[in-house]
Amino acid sequence: MPSPTSNESIIRFDRVDKSFGDLKVLDGLSFDVDPGERVTLIGPSGSGKTTILRLLMTLEHVTPPKDPAADGGVIWVEGKPLSHMEKGGKLVVANERHLRQARKKIGMVFQSFNLFPNMRVLRNVTEAQVHTLGRSKDEAEAKARDLLELVGLSSKVDNYPSQLSGGQQQRVAIARALAMDPDILLLDEVTSALDPELVADVLGVLRDVADTTSITMLIVTHEMGFARDVSNRVMMFDRGQIVEEGAPDEIFSDPREARTQDFLRAVLAE
Amino acid sequence: MNEWNNEIVVEIFPAMWQGFIVVLQVTLVAGLIAVLLGLLVAVGLRIGPPWLRRVLSAVFQFIRNTPLLVQVLFVWTATSYYINPEWSAFAVGSAVLGVHYASYTMESYRAGIEAIPVGQWEAATALSLPTHRVWGAIVLPQMLRRSAAAVANWIIAMFKEVPTLFVIGVLEMIAQAQKYQGQHYDGAVEGYTIAGILFLAASYPVAVAARRLENRLAKSNF
Amino acid sequence: MDFQEVVDSLPRYAEPLLVTVQVTLASAALALVVAFALGLMTSSKRLAVRTPARAFVEFFRGSSVVVQLFWFAFAMPVVLGIQFDYAIIAGIIALGLNYGAYCSEVVRGAIAAVPPGQLEASLAVNFTPFQRLRLVVLPQAWPEMIPSLCAFAIMLLKASALVSLISVTDLTAMAGLIGGQNGGQNLLAHYGLILVIYFVLAWLIWTGMRALERRAKRGIGIDAKPVKGRLTPAVAEKGLA
Repeated sequence: MPSPTSNESIIRFDRVDKSFGDLKVLDGLSFDVDPGERVTLIGPSGSGKTTILRLLMTLEHVTPPKDPAADGGVIWVEGKPLSHMEKGGKLVVANERHLRQARKKIGMVFQSFNLFPNMRVLRNVTEAQVHTLGRSKDEAEAKARDLLELVGLSSKVDNYPSQLSGGQQQRVAIARALAMDPDILLLDEVTSALDPELVADVLGVLRDVADTTSITMLIVTHEMGFARDVSNRVMMFDRGQIVEEGAPDEIFSDPREARTQDFLRAVLAE
Repeated sequence: MNEWNNEIVVEIFPAMWQGFIVVLQVTLVAGLIAVLLGLLVAVGLRIGPPWLRRVLSAVFQFIRNTPLLVQVLFVWTATSYYINPEWSAFAVGSAVLGVHYASYTMESYRAGIEAIPVGQWEAATALSLPTHRVWGAIVLPQMLRRSAAAVANWIIAMFKEVPTLFVIGVLEMIAQAQKYQGQHYDGAVEGYTIAGILFLAASYPVAVAARRLENRLAKSNF
Repeated sequence: MDFQEVVDSLPRYAEPLLVTVQVTLASAALALVVAFALGLMTSSKRLAVRTPARAFVEFFRGSSVVVQLFWFAFAMPVVLGIQFDYAIIAGIIALGLNYGAYCSEVVRGAIAAVPPGQLEASLAVNFTPFQRLRLVVLPQAWPEMIPSLCAFAIMLLKASALVSLISVTDLTAMAGLIGGQNGGQNLLAHYGLILVIYFVLAWLIWTGMRALERRAKRGIGIDAKPVKGRLTPAVAEKGLA
């Protein structure tokens, strides 16, 4: 039975391949994330950052390796295979039932919010608590109200998403993800679709979350100030490879690789 | 034959009105079939196994592209010769009409499902919602809203095709007008004119209401 | 059922097939003329032009094509005191006017979808209203109309079966005639046969319209890829609404 070598990592990419048709997005990518770590992924568009988050959320599936025991190609979460499942002592590609179980500990906030437009704010936050986690309606509502207060939207519980600004919608989406008590939170360019004046509120909420919880976070963002404040580690990607990684101060103040220097110069010039 | 005759109008009207009631009854039954079956097929096309999708798609494409009249005659022949001659023309006719229009409403539903942003499905996945909630609480409410006006328009169109069923003996308005002509050798002008006016009087307000519904849905928060 | 009898009777369907094609083509031609006339009129800014056209459209769309068919076949001769020599003419008129009314909405919609900048530009180069229509509006609106018109053409083909009810011997009528022999023991097979023939005709219309659309789009410099797809009516909703 193959297993991850380190028992400590909460996320482990073990030589993961991902192709879209002929396009190879990830080529044998390996990295580990420790519990409670905040890792920011940076890099030019098309470098595979978002694909990593989508693989973890099981919105995409790894290109299956021939022999997982020998070649790797498996994503592990909390010491258990995510992209694969055990069957007769071997790892086989996960089916829908396995994925449904495996992804319960993972939450995601999307670039385009993806709130359910037919549900009021409160129900957006309670729906999955009740129907995925099996919480009682009262319990789910109490939790939802607490979280909506945390993100500063107590007064909007009875509104429809279309009545909120983009920044407010994104804060609801954060509350919706947190309501599921995830161990891992994936943030996929959560401020990219927002007008500039709304970005600060959303980042403020996320700073609070980072300060007050121990949730492991994987962050894809172009907000370098935020990345610097919140993360423990920054990974620079290009063409599906990790170009360079290190503490935020190292990467942002003193990048070693030319590609990182070019990228940061381009982003900061915006 | 004579010209327009008010006395005939008075005499024929009760029969025509009876025919009109039958048209409404057929519309109700066939409309229910069209609305529900169309929805079922549209969902089946999305979540069914590949062989089912291929079969559904082929069958309904055939139904959609062949004449209702011939379908009615075909099924009526099948039931009365081979299945059960007791089945009423009303039941068989309504069923064929309903299935025929389900082949149209399913396309409106399908378009409604396809118009739902992919992010909605992804958010549902990220929250691990069970399949019945994804459909019941997220996809169907959004889809029905998008498809409601189009489906309503198909039902109005269906209502206007009910007279086709007179060929198998459903006593709608054309059958009533013909019956009167058979007895009195007169009344074609009056009968068919009354039939046309009744259709106009019934379908125009409904069409206007459907247009209003469309505008209202477009403006509401949800 | 005796399938040999069905196969043997195939030649007898040649003439009725021609009748069905004739009714469909003739009423489609009439519908197209009516659609453009009414579509342009209902697009007009002048109330005196728009109102009667609007009334005509609502009148024909609001009522049943089956009833209209019977009205033109049996009531009209009485009212006008003229007798159509051929019931087929009454059928073509009824189908053509009814579907013309529906399709006029397609024409109106496509004209309304031409960007206003195009009208301003044609004003700027001093086109007459007729030149504007012929050189700017219609060439752009026409490719947009084709898919919807195609959907209506298929509906028209289907509706053409109704002329069998006013004693025109088309495919549907012939199936009833031949199939009705010998106590109707082969009736089901004959109806099944013509269903398939109608389906093939619908497929031919669809294929032809696709080619027409590609050509029309190339005519205004859009390189339309051949659209793979099904015979779908969704586009016809524009005319129904």
